[in-house]
Amino acid sequence: MTDRTHTAAINGATGAPLWLLAELTYRCPLQCAYCSNPLDFAAVQEELTTAEWIDVLSQARAMGAVQMGFSGGEPLVRRDLEELVAEARRLGFYTNLITSGLGLDEPRIEALREAGLDHIQISLQASDPDVAAAVAGSPKAHAKKLAMARAVKAAGYPMVLNVVLHRHNIDRIDEIIALCDELGADAVELANCQMYGWAHLNREGLLPSRAQLEAAEATTARWRERLVERGRDMRLLFVVPDYYGERPKACMGGWGSIFMTVAPDGAVLPCHSARMLPMSFPNVRDQGLEAIWYDSEPFNRYRGDAWMQAPCRSCEERHKDVGGCRCQAYLLTGDATATDPVCSLSPDHHLIEAARREAETATRPIAALTLRNVHESRVFCRQ
Amino acid sequence: MMATPESANVYRLRPGWRLQWEQAQGRHVLLYPEGMVQLNDSAGAILGQLDGQRDVAAVVANLQAQFPDAPAAAIEQDVHEFLLDAARQGWIQHD
Repeated sequence: MTDRTHTAAINGATGAPLWLLAELTYRCPLQCAYCSNPLDFAAVQEELTTAEWIDVLSQARAMGAVQMGFSGGEPLVRRDLEELVAEARRLGFYTNLITSGLGLDEPRIEALREAGLDHIQISLQASDPDVAAAVAGSPKAHAKKLAMARAVKAAGYPMVLNVVLHRHNIDRIDEIIALCDELGADAVELANCQMYGWAHLNREGLLPSRAQLEAAEATTARWRERLVERGRDMRLLFVVPDYYGERPKACMGGWGSIFMTVAPDGAVLPCHSARMLPMSFPNVRDQGLEAIWYDSEPFNRYRGDAWMQAPCRSCEERHKDVGGCRCQAYLLTGDATATDPVCSLSPDHHLIEAARREAETATRPIAALTLRNVHESRVFCRQ
Repeated sequence: MMATPESANVYRLRPGWRLQWEQAQGRHVLLYPEGMVQLNDSAGAILGQLDGQRDVAAVVANLQAQFPDAPAAAIEQDVHEFLLDAARQGWIQHD
């Protein structure tokens, strides 16, 4: 095992996975129309057991993984979450819980704290309950989330909020930031939803116009100034949608480069979206993680640059942005080896420009979004 | 004039952050929510001194004792520069 790592280091080839995302379950009490879970998540039945997850954690840690996220679905649905957190922490992971806040209460926060959980991030859908309810398909969730955000802070954790932005809530960003301020947040991620999974399905009803985006960025900039004037330490991170970039992002720092997702049924993925690519991924029930990471065909398929097409293949920036996102290339062009159409050099960039134009005049109302739930998912399950 | 930190200041890691030796990487890392700073040897050694009790002067003295072959003044300057920079980046804070 050491030999392989050693060889890789010499070749400058594959390093260790530093990040492990444990998607404990696809079950979730919410139905967010921009969920990054696969469309056919309902086909996944057999979740890994507690013992299997503990084995995954231990293998990943031995390979060098040190940051990890517990995610889903809603990870709090798993009653063994505390046990898994305790084990992860004992192994030396920095443990992040990425949650809707539903399923949380004060005793559970305390139990997670005792288990050694390092960090909790709660997601909000909007500043007001109506929009939140329409997007997430639950009328009661908003009030519960606010209560849990306060409880997390009271337990001594920094309050880190994640607000997913889209065309139906981005114009209210001033109220959203004000709400986060009032809650006492320490950091807020204002993350425009990226167009994968359910978000891609609902793209016409989610992608903001450029004018909306620019207004929101300006509002965020004004808030940053005001926060500084008040001496208030609340960090605002604004994440622009890929569709408004001119160059693609270096997705996941490169395919199979530092990031590894283990899905609820044990499938191992280079990122949480990759499951929708037309390829099958190895499973921890069949193979060890180390063999999967270093030797499996899927993990090696888009490493390096030999797989790239023009214009990436000869582009000076190909090691900086690794050709962008494979999922985005596949979703938009049907070819996962294509240049991410987000890049203005891509021959398919007109697809992005068309989506931007569509966003100028889109009228799809919030009520017409397809909600992410088992019923809708069954439509996408392979027979 | 170089800015210097108050010698009686007691710096500590930002709450929720953790310093850890990573055998797989052969270095100290600073872990924080969904992120990691990979530290060089001297940064790791300095942060390892921040136990919530030692003030800047004690950190300098300890490291000077630990590395007797290095010029004492250079160690002091390294510690001062690093602590100010780490505080500016929000990795550490003092009361």
